[in-house]
Amino acid sequence: MLARVTTFTIDGLEPRRVTVEIDVRAGLPNFTIVGLGDRAVREARERVRAAILNSGFEFPLKRLTVNLAPASLRKAGPGFDLAIACAILAAGGHVPADALERYAVFGELGLGGEIRPCRGALAVAEGAAQAGLDGLVVPLQRVLEAGLVEGLDVLGASRLAQVADILRGGERPPPPDRDETVLALSGRHLDLADVRGHTDVVEALTIAAAGAHNLLLSGPPGVGKTMLARRLPSILPPLSRAEAVEVTRIHSVAGQHRGAGLVAERPFRAPHHMISASGLVGGGAVPVPGEASLAHHGVLFLDELSEFPRPALEALRQPLEDGRVAIVRGQRTAIFPTRFLLVAATNPCPCGYAPSPRCRCRDGDLARHARRLSGPLLDRIDLLVHVQRPDAERLAQEPTASSETERARVTAARERQLERLDGTGVTCNAHMEARMLRRHVRVPEDVERPLLDAYRRGDLSARGRDRTLRLARTLADLAASDEVQREHVVAALGYRHEMSAGVGVAA
Amino acid sequence: MSGGAPDGGLSPGAATGAARACGSCLARTWLIARLAGSIEIARHQKRRLREILALAEEELLAGLGGARAVAIADEFEHLDIDALREAVARSGLEAACRHDPAYPARLRDLDDAPAALFVAGGLGRLQELAGADLEQGARAVAIVGTRRASADGVEVARALGRGLAAAGVTVVSGMALGVDSAAHAGALESSGRTVAVLAGGADVPYPPSKARLHSLIAARGCVVGELPPGFVAMRWCFPARNRIIAALAHMTIVVEAARRSGSLITAEIAIDIGREVGAVPGPVTAWRSAGTNALLRDGATVIRDAADALDVAVGVDRHEAAVLHLEPRLRALLGAVADGRDTLAALARVPAEVAPTLAALTELELLGHLRRAAGGRYVVIPT
Repeated sequence: MLARVTTFTIDGLEPRRVTVEIDVRAGLPNFTIVGLGDRAVREARERVRAAILNSGFEFPLKRLTVNLAPASLRKAGPGFDLAIACAILAAGGHVPADALERYAVFGELGLGGEIRPCRGALAVAEGAAQAGLDGLVVPLQRVLEAGLVEGLDVLGASRLAQVADILRGGERPPPPDRDETVLALSGRHLDLADVRGHTDVVEALTIAAAGAHNLLLSGPPGVGKTMLARRLPSILPPLSRAEAVEVTRIHSVAGQHRGAGLVAERPFRAPHHMISASGLVGGGAVPVPGEASLAHHGVLFLDELSEFPRPALEALRQPLEDGRVAIVRGQRTAIFPTRFLLVAATNPCPCGYAPSPRCRCRDGDLARHARRLSGPLLDRIDLLVHVQRPDAERLAQEPTASSETERARVTAARERQLERLDGTGVTCNAHMEARMLRRHVRVPEDVERPLLDAYRRGDLSARGRDRTLRLARTLADLAASDEVQREHVVAALGYRHEMSAGVGVAA
Repeated sequence: MSGGAPDGGLSPGAATGAARACGSCLARTWLIARLAGSIEIARHQKRRLREILALAEEELLAGLGGARAVAIADEFEHLDIDALREAVARSGLEAACRHDPAYPARLRDLDDAPAALFVAGGLGRLQELAGADLEQGARAVAIVGTRRASADGVEVARALGRGLAAAGVTVVSGMALGVDSAAHAGALESSGRTVAVLAGGADVPYPPSKARLHSLIAARGCVVGELPPGFVAMRWCFPARNRIIAALAHMTIVVEAARRSGSLITAEIAIDIGREVGAVPGPVTAWRSAGTNALLRDGATVIRDAADALDVAVGVDRHEAAVLHLEPRLRALLGAVADGRDTLAALARVPAEVAPTLAALTELELLGHLRRAAGGRYVVIPT
């Protein structure tokens, strides 16, 4: 006797339809699962058996073969438990087989028959909708998340017995409330109004937020680099709904989604510097998103930049440039989006006190430090800001800005960009491709002169030149200027690291 | 340098270059290199290096040859001078012996003046940078100091190098880590007038990590050494090199030096042969400034910036003018930086001032009036 149940697995971020087929025939009692499953899938046998027995059903004492088709697709995780259990119940006649035809089933089982939440419910729901199914059974805690997909009948269940009951035509749980999450500003509890002094750094944060430019804060320990970086989300514009759905999908697939429905705030990710390359950009035998993708549409904060392992920093290059990362495993390629705003912080030298006489670093230490920070990664950072210890007088002053005032400036600058870039699919200056840049940012030669000179001297790479021009455009937007003027170009150049001996001492 | 010197390097026909040096001077150089190991041992026996280097060839052989004296003397007698010349030419260097017009006459103030100098960068340029005697030739200032310089020390050395070279003064140093190479780098940033004196062969970048600096100096200034091409420096070569640095310059400035530092040897030689000595003051508690502060106590000139050095090396007040043509806004900003408000944070009081102030600072940087130093501080470039 044969039964089929539809479920989904996650391949990268994409849902892939998986059909759970079960064949039950007479013979010595046996239960096997085939179809390229990982260990969690093989262990599903024990969970499913116990869950069925503890829910008051019989477990067929026959020869059971479960196939997860297509058999060529690698499958991971415990999300197949519920589908396998439903297939067994259908094969045993406990639930009518046709009841499952138009539904997909997704969830992990506990030994007692309870349904546990698992990763990627939103992606699965999107898969079910794309496949043209009527509905989806998910763990109760994931109802709001799966309910973000329009036009899908989402059934939340907490126990296996309850699922069987519904399938037999029993009482349906009330349909889930629509997700009422309001897209909010992030970092609500951290306000720039708490900052004393640091006027120049706050301005740099505003510029970074206005055009989504990457930022490097350099300064001695304890001067407030982390404190300042954590306030950046408070001046970023709120997520759009489409962006929020994208963020929710990624966080859900990575198992990082703590809430119920939509992720409402821009993510702020601050991985520790011991992180590996695959932890940062994604990886694993079955690829899962890394911190760079979890920071998608938000902020990736790398504190102690020079302490990160070199391979991890190297791996960031593609995500920084393309806004996505491709993880290749065998013949499959998983693509994860990585449009984050990079904020990095570093000490000016390994001991942290350069250039003051307290610094005990030797030439070699400084050279190593500078080497870590040098080259391709730094080339993708538009703003280098030296965070100084504010003098006592400044500390006593009233703050010169608040998150509210700065957010207003950011929003105004973003609106100018949206208007200019209307129809290009790009929303801010830093994301303009080179060709778009030429079309939308035209500057007369005398204005571009300082850039051309710096390029000719070899101080600026071609990429650096383009990035400086994008930053100049943002400075002009903040100044509400239609034209990029020389002062914008020159200030943008002043923010580039090439102009500074500040990161490490080179002689 | 294996690739040969760029412009001003090997002249056609090789009649200049190596072939120009006279045979007896090349032979003496060969002898010193041959006896280098013995000189090292003699130093351990408390013989004074400068006395050794002042000995005549026969005395050198007799005094240092030891058991091998006869064999070495025989080799010396039958030396193939043409082969030596060829080796010099092959290395891409040129040689100026003490009978050559390109030989810096000011070295003759030393009792133990080197018999010949091997040069990367061209004899013509050496003559221009350090050629004639003290009264006529280009002015030169030596900048020396500890290899383990502080970030501030590196910055001061660099600013001195830049300011002096910009004023047309030749910056002489030893290309060592720390102060020395910062001084060269500073000079290269402005006019490029700089001479590096190496302890070993002038074609061997030492320290190796400064290979790039070596090639930059050879391209725009000169690298010189008294030992033949390819010679790898022994310990005694470093103090020996210091006497050439001191003699080439009108003034020796010590930027940072511990109490027993090679830089103090350079200063001592400078005093011996009647040159000026200056030192950059530092905190009395800093080990790196113990040597320089001691020099100051003994009467060395206080050097705070390139202007102080120029007062001594060139003459008082030859340096003001250039900032007058700046627009008032930029001039005021330059003044503020000079007064110690030298960071963007200190100069911009409200958010609206930040970008315009940074733009103005960068303009000053592009015009060559300011330079960004470590930690985002701005430093006024002396003009």
